[in-house]
Amino acid sequence: MKIAVLVKQVPDTDEERRLDPASGLLDRLAGENVADEINERALEVALSHKDSHKGTEVVVISLGPESVTKALRKVLSMGADSAVHVLDEALAGADAGRTAVVLAAAVKQAGVDLVVAGNESTDGRGGVVPAMVAEQLGLPHLSFLDAVEISAGSVTGERGTDSGSMVVSAPLPAVISVTERSAEARFPNFRGIMMAKRKPLSVVSLADLGMDPDFAGMGRSVVVTTSARPLRTAGKKIVDEGNAGTRLAEFLVAEQLV
Amino acid sequence: MNKILALIEMSGGEMCSTTPGLLAAAARLGTPVAVVAVAPGGGTGLVAELGSLGAEHVYLAESDQVGKLLVGPQLEALSAAMTALQPVAVVVANSAEGRDVAARLAARTRAGLIVDAVDVRSEGERIVATHSVFGGAYAVESTVEGAPAIVTVRQGAIEERANAATPAVTTVTVSADPAHSAVIESVSARDAGSDRPELRGAARVVSGGRGLGSRESFVLVEQLADALGAAVGASRAAVDAGYVAQTSQVGQTGITVSPQLYVALGISGAIQHRAGMQTAKTIVAINTDADAPIFDVADFGVVGDVFTVVPQLIEAIKARASR
Ligand SMILES: Cc1cc2nc3c(=O)[nH]c(=O)nc-3n(C[C@H](O)[C@H](O)[C@H](O)COP(=O)(O)OP(=O)(O)OC[C@H]3O[C@@H](n4cnc5c(N)ncnc54)[C@H](O)[C@@H]3O)c2cc1C
Repeated sequence: MKIAVLVKQVPDTDEERRLDPASGLLDRLAGENVADEINERALEVALSHKDSHKGTEVVVISLGPESVTKALRKVLSMGADSAVHVLDEALAGADAGRTAVVLAAAVKQAGVDLVVAGNESTDGRGGVVPAMVAEQLGLPHLSFLDAVEISAGSVTGERGTDSGSMVVSAPLPAVISVTERSAEARFPNFRGIMMAKRKPLSVVSLADLGMDPDFAGMGRSVVVTTSARPLRTAGKKIVDEGNAGTRLAEFLVAEQLV
Repeated sequence: MNKILALIEMSGGEMCSTTPGLLAAAARLGTPVAVVAVAPGGGTGLVAELGSLGAEHVYLAESDQVGKLLVGPQLEALSAAMTALQPVAVVVANSAEGRDVAARLAARTRAGLIVDAVDVRSEGERIVATHSVFGGAYAVESTVEGAPAIVTVRQGAIEERANAATPAVTTVTVSADPAHSAVIESVSARDAGSDRPELRGAARVVSGGRGLGSRESFVLVEQLADALGAAVGASRAAVDAGYVAQTSQVGQTGITVSPQLYVALGISGAIQHRAGMQTAKTIVAINTDADAPIFDVADFGVVGDVFTVVPQLIEAIKARASR
């Protein structure tokens, strides 16, 4: 079985993240850029299947600027077999729709049985790209899965809903997206890091995918304005001397919160 | 006037709580059309209620695949309504189902998609949406180039209600291609649980973190929540440790809350937690570590042990209530 894992490079959530006030786009220079944690979990879903099913091949696919190479080397060192990096100037600031048609073309070129994605990225939090990729490919999509079971011809998973949970399934080929409940990512070991340097990482352009860089006839979302909200400041801080509970109650009363 | 489609989600035979806000959003932008995928004959009971919430037109898309296929029937319902009614915009809840449907619809029709709007308005010919980005650190406005616009609206973000209308009704039959849809094998409802307010949209939230130490001790968070009439939240560490269900997680990868009062108990205040609560009006924190970052955003911080401070706080609140 061949599995594609979609990987997005995002700003590290451990640091303050910024938007460029002029363009409204991510300020990629502001902090460290990493493979999104949710994609490492998606990769783990694929790798644990590979661990128990010899002959499974895992390809990671990412769309983004030059710096994506680092995130791709990291996931290769965790155990993916190869990587595809879609790099093209025409993709700067691409919205979810453009991102999805391009990823779908790359997935098609790779020719896979299963696509695994994270349910939503930590920067955009859109959570729409996997479903858009599925629609482009005409495939079923199991979204927001907390648990996944992959078998030879089908995939089954459990997803939370607003009122409980449901079990869903689809025959392969299919697209799935997983939540942070799905798996705990492994750490790359020394051998993995050494091997990753020799694993194939191909860089492809829109022309290589046979795509029109103008995306003629496609609507898109654009940012109109961006404004930073004022930062919160610390208020009163007291050290408990035996009466902090009472003093806190007094504060809540004064603020008319009780 | 311009037609705006609103996808009405159903859960267990009932309309989801997102319905009034979506119809209000649609009414702001044009003439609201409620689109619902229902089992054959299942929609007649919904018309009056949708009208009372502002729908001027109810588009009932009947399919025997409702409840059996994931997303497919809802997608075909909206797709059929789009072709028939040529709307300028489609509004959908930013729920799991809503996002899946909106995403597929946008991919299929090549329409522009705006995700997770906390506000929408029309400005001349275009629709402008507001987003709260990076946990509220930025407000971003976006629009769509090329009509129509498909917009997912954050649950609970739009509180106004549209004026009641007497809707026209259209009933059609739709069918999804089973080869493109996932199958719903089984559905299980969550325990009815407590009558505590729902976390999403709650006016008050009391959250507990790893500092609570165990599932048993987490009861303290629930006790304070009940004394304040608040919803229960948690940090990811508390969820990972199994103190509380994942549906209570507040933060970057959990629920975003913006209550009048947020109380953080035994939570360090990692940047990913703050991303889900820092737009609260008043923040209170209790933590034994005077340097915990949660104090940087707290209006009232107590450096102390939750197991001594919280019981005293609950007593004081109860004493006041019984006065
Ligand atoms: C991609 C990503 C997404 C994430 N998403 C989220 C998210 O959505 N939500 C989230 O919360 N986290 C999220 N995290 C995790 C986050 O980084 C922190 O690990 C987590 O918030 C820590 O939870 P905590 O504050 O309960 O635990 P800790 O950081 O361990 O803090 C426990 C606190 O309790 C205090 N304490 C201990 N005992 C007591 C006592 N008796 N009385 C008072 N105080 C006491 C300690 O001083 C300490 O400050 C995410 C991380 C990543 C990488």
